[in-house]
Amino acid sequence: MTLADSTKSPKSGLKQFLSDQMRNIAPIFTLIILVLFFAVQSPVFFSVDNLLNILSNASITGIIAVGLTFVILTGEIDLSVAALANAIGITMAFFTIQPDYVNIATIPLPGVICIILTIASAVALGAVTAFGVTKIGIPSFIMTLAMMQIANGVSALLVRGQIAYIFPDFITLLGAGKIFGLRWSIIVCSLLLLFAHLVLTYTRFGRYVFMVGGNREAAEYSGVNVKMIIGAVMVISAACSGLAGMLGVAYFGSAQQNGFDDFLLTAISAVVVGGTSLFGGRGGIGNTIIGLLVLGVLNNGLDLIQIDSFLKILIRGLILLAALVINVYAQKLKEGTAEG
Amino acid sequence: MNTSSVRLTEGAKAPSVSGSDTMPILEMRHVSKSFGGVKALRDVDFSILHGEIHGLVGENGAGKSTMMKIIAGVHAGFEGEMLVSGQPVHFRSARDALAAGIGMVHQELSVIPDLSVAENVFLGHQPVTSTGVIDWRRMNDMAREQIASLGLNIDPTTRMGSLPVGLQQLVELSRVLFSGAKLIILDEPTSALSPPEIERLFTVLRRLRDDGRSIVFISHFLDDVLAIADRVTVFRNGEKVITEHAAKLTKDSVISHMIGRGSANMHMGESADLAADDSKPIVLSVQQASDGVMLHDVSLTLRKGEISGVYGFMGCGLIELARTLFGKNALKSGTLMIDGQSIRFASTSAARQAGIAYVPENRKMMLFRTEPVFKNVSIAILDRIHSILLKTGREREISETHIKDLQIRPPRTDIALGNLSGGNQQKVALAKWLTHLPQVLILSEPTRGMDVGAKEDVIRIVKALRDRGVAIVVLSTEPETILTLADRVTVMKKGMVVKEFTTGHIDKSDLLAAA
Repeated sequence: MTLADSTKSPKSGLKQFLSDQMRNIAPIFTLIILVLFFAVQSPVFFSVDNLLNILSNASITGIIAVGLTFVILTGEIDLSVAALANAIGITMAFFTIQPDYVNIATIPLPGVICIILTIASAVALGAVTAFGVTKIGIPSFIMTLAMMQIANGVSALLVRGQIAYIFPDFITLLGAGKIFGLRWSIIVCSLLLLFAHLVLTYTRFGRYVFMVGGNREAAEYSGVNVKMIIGAVMVISAACSGLAGMLGVAYFGSAQQNGFDDFLLTAISAVVVGGTSLFGGRGGIGNTIIGLLVLGVLNNGLDLIQIDSFLKILIRGLILLAALVINVYAQKLKEGTAEG
Repeated sequence: MNTSSVRLTEGAKAPSVSGSDTMPILEMRHVSKSFGGVKALRDVDFSILHGEIHGLVGENGAGKSTMMKIIAGVHAGFEGEMLVSGQPVHFRSARDALAAGIGMVHQELSVIPDLSVAENVFLGHQPVTSTGVIDWRRMNDMAREQIASLGLNIDPTTRMGSLPVGLQQLVELSRVLFSGAKLIILDEPTSALSPPEIERLFTVLRRLRDDGRSIVFISHFLDDVLAIADRVTVFRNGEKVITEHAAKLTKDSVISHMIGRGSANMHMGESADLAADDSKPIVLSVQQASDGVMLHDVSLTLRKGEISGVYGFMGCGLIELARTLFGKNALKSGTLMIDGQSIRFASTSAARQAGIAYVPENRKMMLFRTEPVFKNVSIAILDRIHSILLKTGREREISETHIKDLQIRPPRTDIALGNLSGGNQQKVALAKWLTHLPQVLILSEPTRGMDVGAKEDVIRIVKALRDRGVAIVVLSTEPETILTLADRVTVMKKGMVVKEFTTGHIDKSDLLAAA
């Protein structure tokens, strides 16, 4: 080999580190700034109750965001998560006996069977999305948009404008119950985040997810079954959304049309604000956790300092835009330094 | 703005009228051009006369495309002088060149299939009515007239994509003509055409020449060049070898000018003694394979411990053949057999599991530039070393072995792949298939764009794999690569196998003549 090759070394020093780590540093930095700001502005912000409140508010979004992280890491998107969560929550209510004053046709089943059937429906809907994206070749953006509408349709047909209140006991416990003062939903979300992190970091499947997102063509030419990986993340996303829907309706205490309307934007924001690349291949559960905390702290803090609630909506939009700018910029920096 | 380019052209045309017929429309004097220290052109004089068809030939990298890109304004900076109709010019862009009456039709057509023929002809300068709305009637009429002047009869409202490639090319040609080009450069115009289509193109070109336009005809297909050109210029290694009347040339004499036979500096891969051994067991064979697009009735047999070379010009179907063997493109008809078993791959993953390995011509398609070297090496064997959980320690060990064996520099497993040089990246692309030897290794352009040292390393590695029993197919547009590596050679032309060499001495001219 020539000398030039052997002396060619990666760009050294701080610049390389910063451009590599920008997508990780920026969200953590944002989180610290927000926490400091709200801690100064509001005396109750740092109370244990309030911090637990932030976590429990983030827990349902967090479960959705786990599945979405897999999808976005492969460079795809799932816009059906919130609608699917709602449809699955309602499906669970449909299989549970409701009080007389709730005027909904139901098929009451024993709790265990109800839970199994409900999860199976989530997986089935995810499989439909996976089929559309991988076998038919519909872009995930459009396919999941269609699935969003289908899920909304299922929700509408099952509740017909009514509200269901009763869910299997086990789900009610997980969604609304507490242990040692800690909400079960926080524990479920944390365990799921941990499990997803282990899968993404330490399993073969996780590696494939990153590699497919990093360079789909190269993965395919290395003999990776790209379609299977993308199909799998779509099903994982639907399963996570389904679980979030089941726990969510229990958390809210009701299942109704439009119950999860805010969750699509929040879940996507959490993943993206956390720094997972929209182009796939970079990021992970750690980023999603930071993203969830940033959004949780922001929502909570804006309530505490009693800001105009209409302005709050705009602020969330601006934060998302800022995160998108950083996301794309970080990608360019990364590619720029790898050019060598 | 819709007519500005036309107007400019008419201005530029004026001096040519006063000039005599023998004055060249274009003259290049002492032109040199370097790319990062590599001389692509060395002190070339070159001229095109009014009303001539000028053939331009040379091997890949001989400098003919560089020259044409300078003429067409794509490369702005160069040493030397350029005169159009006796006036010195300096183009800063392709737009400048077009304004001076020089237009180029590239090998890859830039037509928009979903627009009509007329819209394609007038792309970017559609005629408008006084209210600023597109004047469809005028546009269609003008397009019909324009196309008819080429001796063709095409309805201008037809959708472009519904025309055969040959006609699409002529429509693009008429677009260039309509923008006022007096000198038209055609890059590989016949590579995608059938014989009758070529004949039609030639008729059009002769008509244009007789109208006083000048045409540069760049092609690898020497028969075509000799059939249509009035004069032919041969390039070799960045220099002009000769400009001669086509009537005084034969295919053999052109080939010997192209490869410089008889000169003292015989390079690696100028010739080869083939030693195909039909007693070796067949590992993979394709029979009458067609993909419905590019490949027609391709048959190829790969034997254990043998390197089969497949040679052809760019666009002859080499890439498609490689993709089909690796399960990326579907086989429309024909059979694919591995170890005597007929097989169809549903995915590249199925092909890999059947023991087929593929290194594509473009490293970006094969490698993860932002990922560390070890992940690039292990991606193809993850299912062999891990069941569920990753054993990154094992991955690193494997990578280290390959880095040592293949002398990959720098010898580090954790560095992002994008930091390696091209030759080293190519070695990583090879390394990923070497942990568990594949039955079949498909190598597309394995040495393209490498420095000599890296080239020799790759050649050594490939030969070592052959000696360990791998059935290898090397697909390349570079005759040197084929002649250096292959034990047998198949030549492809326009998606078909046209010639096979199995034994005896062959050299570059045999390959060039066959393709």
